[in-house]
Amino acid sequence: MSNAFIAFQKNDETRCIVEAIVEDNPGAIVVDQPAMVKVDVPGKLVIRRSTVEEKMGREFDLQELQLHLITISGHLDETDDEFTLSWQG
Amino acid sequence: MDMKVAKKLGLKERYTMMTRDLAWDTTYQPMDKVFPQVTYEGIKIHDWDKWEDPFRLTMDAYWKYQAEKERKLYAILDAFNQNNGHLSVTDARYINVLKLFLGSTPPLELMAGRGFSMVGRQMVGAGPRVACMMQAVDEYRHCQTQIHSISNYNKFYSGLSEFAHQQSRMWYLADGKSFFDDAITAGPFEFMVAIGFAFEYVLTNILFVPFISGAAYNGDMAAMTVGFSAQSDEARHMTLGLECIKFMLEQDPDNLPIVQRWIDKWTWRGTRKLASVGMMMDYMLPKRIMSFKEAWEIYFEENGGALFKDLARYGVTVPKCFPQTIEEKEHITHQSWIGFYMKPDAMSFHTWSPSPEELDWLSEKYPNTFDKYYRPVYEHWAKMEKAGKRFNNKTQPMNCQVCVTTVKYNEPGDPMTTCFRESIYKGEKYHFCSDHCKEIFEHEPEKYIQTFITSHQVLQGKCEPEGVDTDAPDFKPGSHMMEYWRLDPDVQGDFNGSLDQKNFAAWRELATKN
Repeated sequence: MSNAFIAFQKNDETRCIVEAIVEDNPGAIVVDQPAMVKVDVPGKLVIRRSTVEEKMGREFDLQELQLHLITISGHLDETDDEFTLSWQG
Repeated sequence: MDMKVAKKLGLKERYTMMTRDLAWDTTYQPMDKVFPQVTYEGIKIHDWDKWEDPFRLTMDAYWKYQAEKERKLYAILDAFNQNNGHLSVTDARYINVLKLFLGSTPPLELMAGRGFSMVGRQMVGAGPRVACMMQAVDEYRHCQTQIHSISNYNKFYSGLSEFAHQQSRMWYLADGKSFFDDAITAGPFEFMVAIGFAFEYVLTNILFVPFISGAAYNGDMAAMTVGFSAQSDEARHMTLGLECIKFMLEQDPDNLPIVQRWIDKWTWRGTRKLASVGMMMDYMLPKRIMSFKEAWEIYFEENGGALFKDLARYGVTVPKCFPQTIEEKEHITHQSWIGFYMKPDAMSFHTWSPSPEELDWLSEKYPNTFDKYYRPVYEHWAKMEKAGKRFNNKTQPMNCQVCVTTVKYNEPGDPMTTCFRESIYKGEKYHFCSDHCKEIFEHEPEKYIQTFITSHQVLQGKCEPEGVDTDAPDFKPGSHMMEYWRLDPDVQGDFNGSLDQKNFAAWRELATKN
């Protein structure tokens, strides 16, 4: 199964986002690199708005991810509640 | 009075209303006359509404987030400049990465912006049209922010001020220029595969991510903030490229062979273009986070492999050049640095011999090739330099007619022989760096015979500064190259002994003592 992944600039907001990804995606692997952080998940990676909000202690619009994104891998589907990256095959 | 609060629209509805619902079919003129370029490449589209941006980003949200990105970026740039941040980079050799990277990239961003403006105008569907418009604005933004970032370094260091002039004249900037010229003169769908898919999704992704992370590691907050702010747009660009591929493949089975040929061509062209980024990672960053080979394995072989495995359901196969790029990952960065090192008088950045510790790092990262093929070259050159005879090749390079990189890479399977191909077209002979470039030429020879290669044209007297009389009896072609390039004399020669090296040491001294 191929890895879907996402990378963010490393800052206080993305610390919460990465915590949310780890909680919602068993098997997530976090790779720390200078100034950035990358998370790999086999097959499918989901970011849930509700989990991010819980970690941040405030309301969060998934489109705010735009501010911190560096790169993604996988087919994307974004709704109000979930941001999903996945590979078939 | 009861207030009636309208329920906020969901992302999907908002996207539909703000894109497709704002578009209309023309009636004064038929649609195929208004969008004349979408059919001649042979791509068949039956339903443009099937194209949807998976980010579902609407223009109002776009402006909001882009404005926020700009505020962050310029706050960091200002702070970096106010604090003499240029003196906090690892060592002065690092500045040469910026001369090459920031000197070559802004004009390419500008061409990408122009390309997406043109392609956006041609797309019949509102989904791709809006996404192309956003990408065009992004690319103009990248061009501007990179120039702003250069301008601070330009106050202190040589070799940065003439990047716009040098773009279409410098022999080693020609590969990037040719890549974008080729793409922008193709049809709209080929442009999308070239830039959106091959360049953004399969390749840039790869190298700019670890490269910019490397800039941060070397203390360059300016390049880091410019690079990552641009990269935050790239995730959207990659998505557009991938959507375009899927859209074409889902619309009609006849599109597959056309798309496959473009994937093969542009993955190869991008691979050639990115060899110099790999060289920056392996040779020019004083502190390194990973080798080019490691980055290639993570981002191209694994990530690109995942992508092509996924696209196999449409009948897409891995690009033809895939096996060759895997063989070359152990060679190209070394061959590139050797190629640049030997031309100290003909570039807008300095080169140097790797230190003994750096040679050991390269041996460790490239156990199959470095000691066997490349270490002996560097050790020989270090000896020459010590004897006061720093190697300096004063001949003109030969460039490939298609990718316009200098012909310097090895024959597949034989690292000791230079790969060299040629083809005759209408009685003229053309030269190539590889089988892949030769094949690209032979598919569209009328396009590529027009390539203007300065290192060849100079011999015909076509690369002279204004005022030179090329008809004079004593005219000697190529004798005014420094003026033609507007090359700063301070940036010529090896890094060791350069003005940048002396100034940096003196300024750093001032910064740490009274």
